[in-house]
Amino acid sequence: MASTLETQQPPAGAARSIHQRTLPRYAPAAAFGGCLVIGAVLTGFGLIGTVVLGTVIYLVVIYVLSRTVESSRKAADRVVTGLVTSAFVIALVPLVSVIYTVFSRGLPVLSATFFTSSMRNVVGEGGGVFHAIWGTVYITGMALVISVPIGILAAIYLVEYGRGWLPRQIRFLVDVMTGIPSIVAGLFAYALFVLIFGPGIRIGIGGAIALSVLMIPVVVRSTEEMLKLVPNELREAAYALGVPKWRTIVKVVLPTALAGIATGVTLSIARVIGETAPLLIILGITDSANFDPFSGRIATLPVFTYYEYIQPGVDGSGEGRAFGGALVLVLIVLVLNAVARLISYLFSPTKA
Amino acid sequence: MAKSIDVSDLNIYYGDFLAVEGVTIPIAAKSVTAFIGPSGCGKSSFLRSLNRMHEVIPGARVEGKIIIDGNDLYGAGTDPVAVRREIGMVFQRPNPFPTMSIYENVIAGMRLNAKRMKKSEADDAVEKSLRSANLWAEVEDRLRRPGSSLSGGQQQRLCIARAIAVEPQVLLMDEPCSALDPISTSAIEDLIHDLQHDYTIVIVTHNMQQAARVSETTAFFNLSAVGEPGRLVEYGSTTKIFSNPDNESTEAYISGRFG
Amino acid sequence: MATRTRSEHPPVRRGDRIFSATALGAGILILLILAGVAIFLLVQGVPGITAGRGSLSGRDSFWAYVGPFAFGTVFASIIALVVAVPIAVGIALFISHYAPRRVALALGYIVDLLAAVPSVVFGVWGITVLSPALVPIMQWLEDNAGFLPFFEGPTLTSGRNMFTAGLVLAVMILPIITAICREVFLQTPRLHEEAALALGATRWEMIRMTVFPYGRSGIVSASMLGLGRALGETLAVALVLSGSAIYTFNTLAAENSGTIAANIALQFPEASGTAVNVLIATGLILFVITFAVNYTARKIVDRRSEFSGAN
Repeated sequence: MASTLETQQPPAGAARSIHQRTLPRYAPAAAFGGCLVIGAVLTGFGLIGTVVLGTVIYLVVIYVLSRTVESSRKAADRVVTGLVTSAFVIALVPLVSVIYTVFSRGLPVLSATFFTSSMRNVVGEGGGVFHAIWGTVYITGMALVISVPIGILAAIYLVEYGRGWLPRQIRFLVDVMTGIPSIVAGLFAYALFVLIFGPGIRIGIGGAIALSVLMIPVVVRSTEEMLKLVPNELREAAYALGVPKWRTIVKVVLPTALAGIATGVTLSIARVIGETAPLLIILGITDSANFDPFSGRIATLPVFTYYEYIQPGVDGSGEGRAFGGALVLVLIVLVLNAVARLISYLFSPTKA
Repeated sequence: MAKSIDVSDLNIYYGDFLAVEGVTIPIAAKSVTAFIGPSGCGKSSFLRSLNRMHEVIPGARVEGKIIIDGNDLYGAGTDPVAVRREIGMVFQRPNPFPTMSIYENVIAGMRLNAKRMKKSEADDAVEKSLRSANLWAEVEDRLRRPGSSLSGGQQQRLCIARAIAVEPQVLLMDEPCSALDPISTSAIEDLIHDLQHDYTIVIVTHNMQQAARVSETTAFFNLSAVGEPGRLVEYGSTTKIFSNPDNESTEAYISGRFG
Repeated sequence: MATRTRSEHPPVRRGDRIFSATALGAGILILLILAGVAIFLLVQGVPGITAGRGSLSGRDSFWAYVGPFAFGTVFASIIALVVAVPIAVGIALFISHYAPRRVALALGYIVDLLAAVPSVVFGVWGITVLSPALVPIMQWLEDNAGFLPFFEGPTLTSGRNMFTAGLVLAVMILPIITAICREVFLQTPRLHEEAALALGATRWEMIRMTVFPYGRSGIVSASMLGLGRALGETLAVALVLSGSAIYTFNTLAAENSGTIAANIALQFPEASGTAVNVLIATGLILFVITFAVNYTARKIVDRRSEFSGAN
């Protein structure tokens, strides 16, 4: 690195000066605009081609320009600025494209019937996601009921009680658990229930258990972070009042961290509500609403979307329903994310 | 209601590290005792051992005896939680519970222990404690606002009100003014002066003028070198310690030559 | 000594005992669940490992059956990694060191949104939008870089090949890599950065001198976590890749190696008998691979510092 700095020395004979020739502030923008035009002409005004080629030309132009006017170090800096910014733009492309596709193809499908009917006896046009929304809501709800107490209590153990070897191992394995492939969670639930009910089992509670395997580590980690943020002074204040430790945790620590925990739980719901693979394994798909989580197949939104797409039916109308399902799913996830941000914004105790 | 404390030959350890060694001191009832000394001399550790708050830190333990009105603080049957109801504590930085209102903060000691109280009882306890803490007039009309909406000095007085609401015998104060401005400090000092008629007060302070102003007895802690345990060098009436101490190092500390 | 024992074992209240035992129980339950995942997969998977030809789509042994899928899984994930890591590092730098602070926060949310999109949605998008859009690029690669085994072609006109699958995976693992890199970059000691700037370094030189050396292991472990996610990704691959049980490095042609997860998703709904055990056994293999990758990644993370990788 030192060698890079040495090249900074002014050329021999020239007086050291704090004035250096620099490109005017508008230069990068102007150069980029010009390059876009060149790119447009060269590629015949295709949008993607123009931007890609324009950016490449821009990086070359700004390097040469900066190198001649300023210095090679400045030139490298400007090129990297361009590259880093384009990396961000590249990431926006799929996001915008996914959202646009899902909305433009899904919106026309949404209607009152779409939300109120199932796929029972539907061949061709019509039908809807009623049964799948129901399935998603209560399978996720059951997963929530299983995961939240376990996750929060485990986090309390890690932060408030854990000392020494065991909590370190638990914390580490929870981290590893966040990386379990979702389909493996589904196979686990299947393998578990096959022992009880025999081969070919499809059961709602199994879906809830599979989702819990994916959800618990997220809840543990986010709750743990939030509990760590609660200042120790508050715990000491409660102890000094003669409050036992467990009451201090329940009445002081948890309420103080509540907004953060709620945010984490909401994000964990958002994470599992779109899970397809485990539910495909253990819930399968069905055309009618099934309200019994202890017997039989249950349709869920992600699996519905998948099947409608790969088996669009005789007239191909399934593809539309698939996009409808995908849109509903994306909307749910977006709303959950917004709710999470809102909770943490509105109820953080520092705002009181 | 105030009680005296007798400490004999107390050692405080953090793990294997001996932090405070061989403290023997009687603390008189209904008076203010100040602990002074340079940073790291163990005066705060010692203060925390008086209501077993040091046990919150893993690995901390004590040897020796602390007797409060004939009861061994570290006796086999002694419950640290019950001890802390008898011996309240006020901390360096004001720490009202952020999720609770001013009103709820004051009766937090009772509420958190699920003590059933009638509304009128609670109202009385809140008013009485806030009056004792010289805060009532300032917050009377906004008891439902969050405790964190008060100024630093008011928050500290709220914490004092919270501590005395559980009617302790002893009040321990760990540098209660170090995070406050001079005006708030003077309000707290006036309050300490009023409270000593009802409570045994032990205060740790870095501020020697404060020790001189508020306390009747002063104890000077020191350590011979970093890594060595802190010791109680001497104690006596505040006037004597500040005018004519027995020990050379006390003299040096008082006159500002170190610390 | 007697005093010491007393203060080490204060009488514990019943409420405290019950509560701490419950919390400990929850912690141990998590370990049991993790152990349960391994045990149940083993119990149901072992019959699959010893299964005969009939349940193995005509293969001689389980290992011959799972081999191509394991290869495809790793191959697709590596493509995803090669594409995603440089971009993720770029985005993370953009957010941590280039964008104005207030904008940076919003940009962070936007990248997180990418992580929130369900994988089936990515799959449906990949098959309807991305794969047709990529065909001209594939054609160009085949024409100009066909001497490389990866781009031999001939390009599949539907675009449902390894090339598309790798890119979809890259998009999907981008957020997690970005999020971790961003956290690591933000942790670069301010004093190091200022020291570099005070020496007259440009922003890029400052990043090379302070941010990268400090964050190197963070970038490595972020990539490994991204790899772990790509290895286990199911539905998106099942939709965009028409895979089969072969070994090939050609990413453009109609014949592609499938992945373990996608194969399970495609075969499981119609499977019965020992075929189910075979699929569970392949799931076990996937579990072992991802566990090893995540384990290594977390070990690296643990060694450098504490930060959350939970989302």
